This record gives sequence, C-alpha cells and structure tokens, in this order.
Amino acid sequence: MATLGDLAKLVRSKNAGPFWLTIDIMFDDAEAYRRARDAEIVNRAAIARLYNRNPADIIVVNHDTALAIKVSFPRPQSSGSKHDSDVYGGQQYAPLLGLEVPG
Amino acid sequence: MMGVEPIQQALESGAQIVVAGRSSDTSIFAALPLLEGYAPAVVWHMAKILECGAAAVAVRTAPDCMMAVLHEDSFEVFPLRDDYHCTPQSVASHTLYENADPFELKEPSGTLRTNNARYEAISERAVRVSGSDFVHDPEYTIKLEGVRQVGYSTILMGGVRNPYILAQMDSWLAQLDDNIRTRIRNTVGDRPYEIVTRVYGRDGVMGALEPLRGNVGGHEAFILWDVISESQELSRSIATSVSHLAVHNPIPKWHGLISGVAFPYSPPEIDRGPVYEFHLNHVLVPDSPTSLFRTEYEEL
Repeated sequence: MATLGDLAKLVRSKNAGPFWLTIDIMFDDAEAYRRARDAEIVNRAAIARLYNRNPADIIVVNHDTALAIKVSFPRPQSSGSKHDSDVYGGQQYAPLLGLEVPG
Repeated sequence: MMGVEPIQQALESGAQIVVAGRSSDTSIFAALPLLEGYAPAVVWHMAKILECGAAAVAVRTAPDCMMAVLHEDSFEVFPLRDDYHCTPQSVASHTLYENADPFELKEPSGTLRTNNARYEAISERAVRVSGSDFVHDPEYTIKLEGVRQVGYSTILMGGVRNPYILAQMDSWLAQLDDNIRTRIRNTVGDRPYEIVTRVYGRDGVMGALEPLRGNVGGHEAFILWDVISESQELSRSIATSVSHLAVHNPIPKWHGLISGVAFPYSPPEIDRGPVYEFHLNHVLVPDSPTSLFRTEYEEL
C-alpha cells in the first residue's frame, strides 16, 4: 500500500510563531491529494497518537486549491527553550511519511 | 510587532528609505499600497504572497524576488527570474507557510480571510488572485514577543559506538545523572543548574514528539549535553565534571576503567554564552497604532 511519503510532492514542518508547529503535506496532482484527503488518515486522533499530543489541541485543514493537508499543534516547549531540539521546527514531519493511504 | 502605520508615517514624512524594527512580514509590503488607497483585502493577500519572495513559485532552486501588480479587486503575481514560474497551486500554497491556519491571517488591524480566494493562471508564469476578505477588528492590537535569559550554557558533544552502551542507553545515562548529581553536590554545593541531554540516534531531533523514542536505532549515537546555570564559570565547571564522568561511566558487563565516549574536540567543553527562552506572548491594545514605536529621521 502506498504511503503518504510516496504520494506527496513535499512534506515540511515549520514554526507558526514560537509556540506552535505546523506541518504541510503537499501534492502535485489532484488525484493523489483527493486520495489522501478522502482516506482521512491525517486526522486529529491519528496525529495525537503519533505525536503524543492532546487531540483537542490539534488543527487539521484541507486546502483544496493548494492541494495540501495542513496539521498544526502547540509545541511541547517553545522554540529555542532549554528542551527544544528544533528551533525552526524543520524536522518534525517524519512520522507522517509512513502513514498508509488506502485506495 | 508593528503594523503598517509607523512605516506609513515615515513615508508620509518624506522618508526614502525606512529601516524598521520588528514588524509583521506582511506590513513591509502592505504599507505603501494601503497608503495609496488600494483595497485592504487585495493588499494584505498580495503582501502575504510576496513576504518570502520566490517561495511562492512552483520550483524554487535559490532565493529570488517576486513582483505583484495591484488592481482594484485583484492582483497578479509572477517571478522575476526567467526560469521560474507561478501556478495557482504554488501561490495558494504560500498561505500555508508559517501559519497555523491558512485561511485566517491575523494582522494588527484585522484578519485576512482567504476561504473564498480564487487563483487563476493568466500566463505560463503569472497568477491572478482575487476574492479574499479583510475583516477589520474593532480594536487595533499589537503582538508582543519577548524572551528572558535563563542562564549561561556550556555544551559537550560526544559519540558512542560501543554496542553494549547503545543497548542500555537509558540506564547508562540514568546512572551518569546520579553520578553527576553526587559529584556536583560535593564540589559546587546547592547552586541550581540543569543538564539537558539529547541523544541523536534515539530521540535527539524530536524529543517528546518522537514515536520511536524507546531505542537507539543504529550502530552509533551522538550525545549533546547542555549545561545551563547562573554563570558561565559554573556551567563550564559542571561540564568539565560531566565529560570526565561520562567517558568512564561504567556498564555492568565490564570491569575496570572503561572508555565509553568519543569527543571530537579537546577540550570537549564549549561555552555558548547567555541563553534565552520565549516567555512573553501577549496582545496589547495601544493608544494608537504608532504610539509604541519611535521614529528618527536622518539625512544622508
């Protein structure tokens, strides 16, 4: 079965301000995007499980024009603080790449 | 974080170049066209797309500039480099960048809503954008960001290749922590300090967010120790103890004085100076959009 990493054109993470992380899962054809979107594998419960977060804090947005799925949640610690290992949030998307996309 | 108004004030006073302090990324691009009377929805959306230059092209190999042409109810955007091109998708995608919500972009004077935005290709390289809304807030707000100093840092970097240590990394580090606590209590007493240990090869990159955090995955690991205390001298002194204790931190299988860490540098302690953390994240209602910002004029 294809994974999200197989289907996506670009997956990236970044800070959205110093207290939030945001992950963009982007596609280059509408069919791959709709397949991933409609499979609903990127949802609050799945993200909460993968990242050990509270589902109530997680935002998942589908952007049909950008052919992108966007996930945002509060950082476990603010950017650059003592326990932070990723000041710009650039490497926090990897766990999503292995999600299997049915269809 | 200033909005457009202090920049506009400087422009209206005749400034030809404005060197501004922290503003929202978009305010830099929005100040002049708003002053010229263009519609806020068109201007703010244009400013959001231009804020990172060529980040909104389809394939960006190196940083470059972007151009936008404003109209009454739309704008066109295209790259200046001949071999770059914009597509409706590449332009729409930029609203995702560094925002938690791509459809609501907050500015000091209101919120840009892009839910109904239309992105149309008008050539091989240019895209027309229209249909966004800008909702003015009843109160003008300024975002406040601030940090506080948490101490002085000295770091140590070390590698581990011993498979027995790798297999019991957690207990090996817990034992090291115990030994460090005892040593520091005996040498520097009760002065507060903290040691943050990152293990690359286990959860060094993702920390608390790492789903595979339980184990070291490969045949070697990199350990970064960060000692933070109230002074550089104290942090360095503690780090010197840590490096010595770490190298010889024993494992149950072996007897005698082991050597368990490879340090790439000597001395292994590297002073990092003062370190900070964010602690101010507030929204302030100023007397006026310019009241918090000072402007000085210079003739060159």
